[in-house]
Parts: sequence; C-alpha cells; structure tokens
Amino acid sequence: MALLEARNVGKDFSGNVVLKDISFSLEAGKVLGLCGENGAGKSTLMNIIFGMPVIHETGGYEGEIVIDGEVVHFKNTSDALEAGIGMVHQEFSLIPGFTAAENVMINREPTKSNVISQITRQKKLEHVDTKAMLDSSQESVDKLEIELDARTLVGELPVGYKQFLEIAREINKENVKLLILDEPTAVLTESEAELLLTAMRKLSAEGISIIFISHRLREVMDVCDQIVVMRDGLIVADKAKKDITIPEIATLMTGRNVDMEVQSDAEVEAYMPKGDVILEIKDLFVDMPGEAIDGVDLTVHEGEIFGIAGLAGQGKLGIPNGIMGIYPTLGKIIFQGKEVPLNNPKAAQEMGISFVSEDRRGVGLLLDEPISWNICFNAMQIQDVGLKKFLFFKIRDEKKMTEISQRYIDELKIKCTGPDQLVRNLSGGNQQKVCLAKAFCMHPKLLLVSEPTRGIDVGAKELVLEALKKYNRDNGTTIIIVSSELEELRSIAGRIAVVDEGEIAAVLPATESSAKFGLLMSGEKLEESAS
Amino acid sequence: MLNKKRDWRSTLRQSLVPLLFIVIIALAIPLSGFSSAHLIGEILARFARDTFLAVSLIIPILAGMGINFAISLGAMAAQIGIIITQNFHIGGIGGMLLSALIGLPIAILLGWFAGSVMNKAKGREMISSMILAFLISGIYQFIVLYIMGGLIPIQNKDILLSRGYGIKNSITLEIKGALDNLWSIKFKIPGIMRPLSIPVVTFIVIALACVFVVWFKKTKIGHDMKAVGQSQRVADSAGMKVDKIRLQSIIISTVMAMLGQLIYLQNIGTMNTYNGTDQTSLFAAAALLIGGASVASATIPNALIGVILFHLMFIVMPNAGKNFTGNPAIGEYFRSFISYGVVALALVMHAYSRKKAAEEERKALHHQKAKEKLENGEAKA
Repeated sequence: MALLEARNVGKDFSGNVVLKDISFSLEAGKVLGLCGENGAGKSTLMNIIFGMPVIHETGGYEGEIVIDGEVVHFKNTSDALEAGIGMVHQEFSLIPGFTAAENVMINREPTKSNVISQITRQKKLEHVDTKAMLDSSQESVDKLEIELDARTLVGELPVGYKQFLEIAREINKENVKLLILDEPTAVLTESEAELLLTAMRKLSAEGISIIFISHRLREVMDVCDQIVVMRDGLIVADKAKKDITIPEIATLMTGRNVDMEVQSDAEVEAYMPKGDVILEIKDLFVDMPGEAIDGVDLTVHEGEIFGIAGLAGQGKLGIPNGIMGIYPTLGKIIFQGKEVPLNNPKAAQEMGISFVSEDRRGVGLLLDEPISWNICFNAMQIQDVGLKKFLFFKIRDEKKMTEISQRYIDELKIKCTGPDQLVRNLSGGNQQKVCLAKAFCMHPKLLLVSEPTRGIDVGAKELVLEALKKYNRDNGTTIIIVSSELEELRSIAGRIAVVDEGEIAAVLPATESSAKFGLLMSGEKLEESAS
Repeated sequence: MLNKKRDWRSTLRQSLVPLLFIVIIALAIPLSGFSSAHLIGEILARFARDTFLAVSLIIPILAGMGINFAISLGAMAAQIGIIITQNFHIGGIGGMLLSALIGLPIAILLGWFAGSVMNKAKGREMISSMILAFLISGIYQFIVLYIMGGLIPIQNKDILLSRGYGIKNSITLEIKGALDNLWSIKFKIPGIMRPLSIPVVTFIVIALACVFVVWFKKTKIGHDMKAVGQSQRVADSAGMKVDKIRLQSIIISTVMAMLGQLIYLQNIGTMNTYNGTDQTSLFAAAALLIGGASVASATIPNALIGVILFHLMFIVMPNAGKNFTGNPAIGEYFRSFISYGVVALALVMHAYSRKKAAEEERKALHHQKAKEKLENGEAKA
C-alpha cells in the first residue's frame, strides 16, 4: 500500500489556477524526485501535503490527500507533524545562538521536575534536561553519518552542517514517516551534497519515504526511485528512474507551449556584441537576500541586448541590483573604462546607468504621485531635468515636466487620462511603461531592466519588450535584461547568461536549444551532458 | 588564529562601556575629594537600594524585547500598595509584605497591558514601553490626585492633602528601613565617624532575585524565552506561542520591578508620590548598560557591576565637577547628561556591532569562495 497518495489534487488562488488534477503515489521507504521550473506548482503541492495554513486560509484544495490509506485534512502544520510528516524548508529555521542539540530538540526539550515545578504543578517550570537533550540529538545527528558535536553553537557551523541539522531535527521526532526536502542541496558544496544523498539513502532504507525537490537533476537521478516532473501546475511525467534521462527531464521542465516567437538567426545577430566593451564586471559579490551573487565575471559590449536567465533564488536579480549599489556589494565594476563606485546608486546613475527594478511598486514608482513626477523623478535628482532657477533655488518646472511626460506617454502608448493621473490608478502594464519612461528620461548609456514583464498581461508584455527593442535600435543603448522567463529572453536578447547558485554557468547565444538552457539552470555542466 | 583574534576584539567591544566608566570614575574620585570610607558607605547603601530594579530588566532582554522601560508601571503598583498600607498605619516588615501583596495584582494587570501593547508593536518595543510609561503615569497621577481620598476613602490625614482629597506629594514612610534594619551588621572603620551598616536581609533578597533569574533561564519557559528572543520566526515554526511567551516575560519583569521599588522606597524612607517613578526605568537601564549589557543580552554580573559603577559616578560626579570648575551646577548637569548619554551610547554601539558582524560575515564568505576557486584552479592545473 502506498504511504502517500494524491488524488486529483487541484488548487487555485482566487481564480488563478496553480495546480490541476495532480495524482501520484509514493511507496514507503522510497525517494521521489520532484522537478519543475519556478511557478510549476511544486511549492503549492508541498504546502498542501504539509498542511501550511496559507492553503486553508485561501479556501483549501480540491481532491484528496491519502496517507496510509486514510484521507487526511490538515488544517495546520501540527496536524501534519502528528501524522508523521516532516518538512525541511528552503530557508533555515535554526537559531544561531543555540547549540545544535537545542535546535534539534526545539520545543520538544526533555525536562526534569524540580521542587518549584512540583509545588506549582507547572510543566513549564521544569528544568530543561541538557544531558538527555544532548544524547537524543547526538543520536539523530549520528544517524546522518556526519561528524558534528551536538554541543556546537549553530552560528559557528558551516552552512552545509545547518542543512543536516534541519534534517536531524525532523528525524528526531518520533513516528516520522515522510520527509519533504525542499532544495536541501542548494547551499551545499558538492562533497556535502554527496553526504546528504548518502544520508537520504540510509533513511529510506530504514523505511522513511522522502520527497526530494531539487533543481540539480543529476542528484535527483542519483538518489530517487521515482521522478515526477511538473510544469504549469500539471504533472507532465511520473516515471521510474530507469525510464527517464536527464536531458528528457530538462526538456519536459522547460519546453512549454511556446507563446512567444524565438527570433530568427538574423534577428539575434542584430543584438549580438559588435562594439567596444562597455561594461566589465570582475569578481562581483552581492549580498541581496535570497538572490546573492558569489563572484561573477561578465563582459557586455556596446549596443547589445544581453539577457540574464536563471531560476528564482539563484542570484540573477543580484547582478543589476549590485551594479546599481542597492544591496551591499564587493568586487570591481568598470563602465566605459572608469570604475563605478560600489554601493552608491547616485554615482552609478550619474555615470549613465539606469535601472528598471523588479520591485515595481516598491522601488520603481511613487504610487501616490502623478505620472509626470514619476517619469521625471530620477532625471530631476541626477540631471536637473525639469528644474528651473528661481533666485538662489532650483524649483520644479511643472510645464517642462508635463511636456516631457506627454512625449513619453505618446511614444510608449501609456493608457491614462494624462500626465496628472496618479500612478496607483494605472494597470500593471502601464505602470511598467512609466518605469521604462523614467529610465529612458535619463538617456542612459546602459539600461538595466529587471523582470520587466512580471505580473503583466500578455499584450502588455509584447509592448514592453517591443519598446525596449526600439529604444536599443534608435539610440544604440546597451540593455541588460533579467528575466525568469527564458522564452521571453530568447525573443529579445542576443546573448544570454545563465545564473546558477550565484555564479554564471555559461553565456550562450539565444539560438541555443531550450534543453541546453534547461540543463544549465539545473546545475548541469554542458560538457558532461554532451557525453 | 583569525577566530581567536576576532574573539578578543568582540570581548573588548562588549566590555568597552564598563571600561570607559572605570576610567572616568578613576579620574573623578581624586577630584571629588571624598574619602574611600565615605564612598564605600554610600555604595553599600545604593547597591542595596537599586540592584533589584536593574535585575528586573534582564528577563525581557532575554525574550528579545530590549529594555523594558515600562518597569515604571511596576513601580507605580508598588506605590499604590504603599499608600494603602500607610493608610492603615502598618509599618515594618508586615507593612512591606502587605504592600507587596496589594501591589502584586496591580503589577500583573499593568504588565499584561504593557506586554499586549508591545506585542502589537513588534520591533519597536523599547520606544513603545517608554511612551506607555508616560501614559500610565498620567492615569496613576489622576487616581492618586483625585480618586484617593474621594472615591477611595483614605482615613490617614497625614498623607492626605489639606483640601481633603488627593495624596501629599511627599510622604514619610512607616515602612522605612523595614528590610534594611531587620538584621544589619554594623562595624566601624577608622577615620569615619558613623559606623558602616550592611543590610543583610536586603542583600539576601537581592541574591534571591539573582538566583531566581539564573534558575528561570534553565526552566522550559526560560528556554522558550531565549528561543523567542533569538528568532520569533523559528520559535513560531517550532510551535511556540510567541506572543504569550513575550507577554509572560513582561509580566515577570513588572512584578519584579514592583518588588524592586518597595526595596528602593524602604531604603530611602520618603516617597515622592508624583514624580517618584519618572526616572526609575532610566536609571535602572543606564546602570545595566554601564555594566556591559546590550539591548540584546544582559546577565546578572552586568547588573551588579553596572549598579556599582553607575552609582559611584552618581556620587562622585557633582563634587568632582564642582571642584574642577568651581560651579556646583556643572556636576549636577553631568549626572543627567551621562545617564541619558550612556543609554544612547549603548544603543548606537549595539547597532554598530550588529552592522559589523554582518559585514564580517560577508567578507568571510568572500574569502571562502575565493579560496575555493583558487584551490579548484590549482587542482585543474
């Protein structure tokens, strides 16, 4: 009998369907690999199985989850824990100031009674039994076959060990039957990842089932008995390991119904590097939470459109944010032969670099101000555009601002009542166009565009991309565009860099096959997969 | 090696404030012209008076809520208890215990209120508790000034204002010395007229408070508080009731402050009804911080050392300032300047060391990655 079975599970968030008709089953003691791009629905599926409150709060789910032959309805994670499900989330849930033992046993500490606890009969006043805690947690740690003293402070541990501790915490719980591991190897080095896979095999041999989510396909192939591939909320493959290969998985993951046309060779050629080097990045480190960059070298030529692809959390957003100095940065950025001062957005803009942020409503726009203000805002700060002299002061030149804005409204076809309309009242697509206009208004030599089409509808998407292409053609402006949608990048850029785990995996021409891009995003090296 | 060096530096950074004050005091003592016997006598008295209040700040810091400036609420509860016992002319240790008994439910209630407010203002606990203390002080003054002797009958005419309702601004307490004089050892030091007296019982009570805090840290609930203090997210995902735990820490702190204020007042002997609680939290906080505590970590030694240093400064500074500048007002000015200054300094240093730690972490990552790259490169070659 299967330990876990999903029967026709579906889920929508206020009408937006993210899971459709998901059915699969997992035997006891088996490892199931779950693959898929970001947004494929993996996390939502796991949230349903683990009983995350967000599911219940947004109206529950369709279909049935069956554990040990019984249909379950988890309302919160404690229900799931009780049923023997443990989950290790992507971000660490560890307390740095606690020892390994204290973290493994958190909120399940063994206690000893003392005089006061006996008098008051309060379990809460019992002493924490440090010795018993140490023994029990050391046992769980040893089970994973890593060398770690449970008395060590977690803050002093290398990242890899933290991941093991998270797992030790889950298996320390009695009756754990199913472990869900969400990208556990993402933060590990290769040798550490190998250790983890060994530990997983050992646990499954003891009868614990594991759902293993990873974008490193080689690991998935290495350790899993069964592989499920998801795409756009559907299961597109559910096969035993021997019936599938890594390139097949990569193709299944990325090969969606192409709704955007890939450019012809000639078109790609037009956006390929021809001019001099305009931007050179050496050994760039960016400390952007969730999108960190660890040592990137990159060269961009004048006049090209350069794409940056990668899965969420791998660091692609860190590159433009680092160049602009929005997050703490180390390394060297050379723009037109001059070094760009780090961590200084004003200096970067003064040198002619403009940025369209992925955080449109947060960083990109002043929502409660009119369009004209938004368009001229940065240019006004940096280049005194839209200002006039008045005695010893500079004051706003409303007429000039309206004039400039009207020009961009016409050029970009921004749907609005006029330059005085508040940006908050515009649709997502038109807000994005205001962001573009704001960047164009600075007449940049280098334009960084981050996730320009996130959250806007298909029609607006094409208009935004078209506007970028036109700007590049007309002004010869170099554009670096970052996007999670590979097909979108392939429709606009000449060369595309794939970012994986904070580093550049490769730079390829946009004409390369989508399987190749998929493999790179999955942490594969190209030479290996070719053989 | 690198680790050791960093450890040495961080230890220095932590003890920078106490060291700074030791230097200031070492310079000021000769200037003040006080004899060491006089200083020892003064310090003994003030140590007995103020330590309990400083200790009452430790538990909320453990729970990650910073300095609980709302301990003034506990002090107000104590003063209400004292007014009521004073009304029945109950003095001595009995009056002290009765005051504590009356103050207890009020302190729990006020602590619960303060904790609830702070749970609504997560991340801004300190400023919220400070403003809250002002608000409750207004309500307290209204009760004491208008309700007492009116709606709440007060028979003791000695503590009533001459108009018939409202409590006098300054009351001579019948519980004066209730704890200190229960059992005190007196001994004479050559060169000083008055014999020194050590209030043994008060010191025992302070020791009990310290033992309580240490014991409490080891219990399950104390352990939970530590977890909540370090990361609310992790504690929450482990199934702890974060808000309840934070609330409990504030209630315990408020009740301890109530006891602390009783000890303080029985030592002083007179009660300043309306302004007596204004600076309670500030002085306790300043003492704790001078002892080397930060808004994120505080220990019993921090409190003990801090109280000694802070009050030593309090004693010496006015005289030192007077002798140095010839102007007595300067010394007084230094007193308040330094007590506010030290709180500000501690806050700034805390922010600075957190920034520094984050920076070091980033640099370490950079080195690690660079090293890895280098090794890989060598391996390939």
